[in-house]
Amino acid sequence: MAAAAVLRKNGTALRLRRGLVSVIGLLVFWEIGRRLHFPFLSAVPAPTEVIGSLDKIVGNSKFWNDWISSFSRVLSGFALAQLIGIPVGLLMAMSRTLRYLWFPPLEILRPIPPLAWVPTSIIFWPTTELSIIFVIFLGAFFTVVLNVLGGARAIDERLIRAARSFGSKPRDIFWRIVLPATLPSIITGMAVGMGVTWEVVVAAEMIAGKSGLGYFTWASYVGGNYPQIIIGMASIGIAGYVSSGAIRFLGKHATPWQQRI
Amino acid sequence: MATIETSSPDRTARIAGTSAWALMLFRLRLWLSQSSPYLGFVGVASLLLAWYLLTEFFNVPRFNKLPGPVAVWREFTSRSPTFGISIYTPDYYMHIFWSIWRVLQAFFWATILGVPLGLFMGWKRTFRDYTFPVLEIVRPIPVLAWVPVAILIFAGIASREAPVIFLAFLATFFATVLNTMLGVESIDDVYFRAARCLGSKPRHIFFRIVLPGALPFIFTGLQIGVGVGWFSLVAAEMISGEYGLGFLIWDSYVLSQFPVIIIAMLTLGVVGYGFSAIIRIIGATLMRWADRSAI
Amino acid sequence: MTTVAASGAISIRNVSKIYDPGGANVLAVDNCTVDIAPGEFCVIVGPSGCGKTTLLNAIAGFHDITSGQIELDGKPICMPDFTAEPGADRIVVFQNGALFPWSTVLNNVTYGPVVQETSSSSEAKEKAQTLLAELGLSGIGDRYPNELSSGMRRRVEIARALINDPKVLLLDEPFRAMDALTKGVAQEFLLQAYDRVRKTVFFITHDLEEAIFLADRVLVMTTRPGRIKQTLHVDFGRPRNYKIRSSSQYLALKSQIFEAVREEAIRAFEAGERELA
Repeated sequence: MAAAAVLRKNGTALRLRRGLVSVIGLLVFWEIGRRLHFPFLSAVPAPTEVIGSLDKIVGNSKFWNDWISSFSRVLSGFALAQLIGIPVGLLMAMSRTLRYLWFPPLEILRPIPPLAWVPTSIIFWPTTELSIIFVIFLGAFFTVVLNVLGGARAIDERLIRAARSFGSKPRDIFWRIVLPATLPSIITGMAVGMGVTWEVVVAAEMIAGKSGLGYFTWASYVGGNYPQIIIGMASIGIAGYVSSGAIRFLGKHATPWQQRI
Repeated sequence: MATIETSSPDRTARIAGTSAWALMLFRLRLWLSQSSPYLGFVGVASLLLAWYLLTEFFNVPRFNKLPGPVAVWREFTSRSPTFGISIYTPDYYMHIFWSIWRVLQAFFWATILGVPLGLFMGWKRTFRDYTFPVLEIVRPIPVLAWVPVAILIFAGIASREAPVIFLAFLATFFATVLNTMLGVESIDDVYFRAARCLGSKPRHIFFRIVLPGALPFIFTGLQIGVGVGWFSLVAAEMISGEYGLGFLIWDSYVLSQFPVIIIAMLTLGVVGYGFSAIIRIIGATLMRWADRSAI
Repeated sequence: MTTVAASGAISIRNVSKIYDPGGANVLAVDNCTVDIAPGEFCVIVGPSGCGKTTLLNAIAGFHDITSGQIELDGKPICMPDFTAEPGADRIVVFQNGALFPWSTVLNNVTYGPVVQETSSSSEAKEKAQTLLAELGLSGIGDRYPNELSSGMRRRVEIARALINDPKVLLLDEPFRAMDALTKGVAQEFLLQAYDRVRKTVFFITHDLEEAIFLADRVLVMTTRPGRIKQTLHVDFGRPRNYKIRSSSQYLALKSQIFEAVREEAIRAFEAGERELA
């Protein structure tokens, strides 16, 4: 049918339009709510106020330094978590002994929220920076290990059998079967881990930091500069989204054989 | 672990022609005959040992500032603890209660609001087209970045509890909505067709296909939701709370009551784990029909 | 015990279907015309991707058609700008089974009557138990589908359809995923059920032996775009016995159909067809 065909061709356009309508509608509702003093909304600075503060902020170099601070912490902690977590996960997947040995202690430590480690971390590490990075590391580490372990253990046994029937040595099996097959899980673990990382960084900066986007948001609140809070929140959201997006993008290229939903 | 075990002992036992109790005993014996429990024990023991050696025995620099297992244990089991928190003090249980109570409230609201929303978003394309973009824009903002806004919103209107619960609610809500929506989308189209053939009206499709079909994912979402809710709650308590385990951690740090920090941390771990386990069990009972492990 | 059905005549007239996935106009079905008498067991054979499922989906009401008309007992159910809602007058039994995994066997079978509100819950349960017993499936009412073998699941699904007294039964390669032994038993089961109720059956398969064993009439479809290439009448009486599979009449029919289908199969193989819908 002609109508159905047209609709299908413009499917994405239609979805985009609908999405735009709802977002703009929400912004308008927010603005009105603030102006007309709706019960909960009236306390939140309106979109127009936020945009008004924007040019003051964007010109301020300290704001961009906060971006750099947060990003550098995120990257350090995240990279560390991957460097240690991926090998640990792979080792646990391949060696039953190590798995039985390490899994219980990990399962005991994992439910402790990373932020609960902040005071211990501060006591232990000489600088605030290191203590924040450590907490970030913890947050991402467990995610990584779990995803890698899960992915490696889920490899179809038949693939490994096929490789062995070709006369592969354990080294070959690892590099040519296990690693590529686990790669999608590693990427997923990274993307999720990145999300966790930003959650932790923001909170850690609010609690114990003196720079960074989390600190910026909190300081804006304490200093009574409310529109800046929204700018801070939006910045963090964008930063997190861009980071996760970058990982997924790199991931897609690293695993061209995967068809994503 | 992030799996839902859905072959209940009842079902397996019935098929095997024995009783659930005998089956569990058998599994216990089997487990004990393998190396796994003993290695696990060694793993945990070595962790404790390392902790002890580094902090109290060898007095390794940096580590010696941290409270060791002996100090923590002594404090935890003393009848009149130096810092006021042990298994004998009612304050300890009060903090636990407050944290749990808040999480339950957050969880309740997130489920009541999140599951129906997720179900509709998964079921009706039009509804999803309008609601999903808004969700996807708000979702990347870390829950804890909402702390100042949460405080502002509820200032003067609700109790001081509201912002803390709100933050836990947000985290759980997003996880619930997303997983529920994915759950509906995971339902094979064939079931919808079969239902239509048999003369279903929309309300039948919703309650008899969409809801039961999405249930495994809903429970995964609830498990995840409780986890992130717990995580956000603790952080919120640390930033701006009174009572609660998160508050206890921060307060003890500020007052230099270090063993209490560890007590609170471990309690957090245990309670958090307990929550997930309870949800997992409820899920497994409700979904005896499923024979899969969903992550 | 053979009652001739009074309704369930399907008339397919000049039906064509053009798919437009990604802008490529794919002619799936090309000008098919078939008249199926009430109570007739009609089987369509053809290679994968030839459009037979498209035809079934059109009759069922899941798809529209680009041109032509499909009527059920004189009433149009599918036309270019109108497709009747899928309903309990023409129920589909799906390829990989569609028993609701979250419901017990009994709840599955009673689904139709309960949802259409044609009987109360307890009446429906009684009817279901009786039907299941008649079909040799008693005692499994409280089981869940994943506790049953594939053969039993398919039979339960047929029961779920039959309890609604549909005019037409549409079966989309229902036994495809079964091993040969189970398949044979399932086919005999289907014939027994058919002998009881004599509904119009529209059956799709790629298995030639199955087609001859079950059908009153076999239609051979070409590879995409699908056209009705040949019609064969199968004149074994009913009820049918599995022994007819070794009769000379059967073998003659088989070689007849085989020649017709083989060309299409090779063409499909070389084109790398896949089922569109």
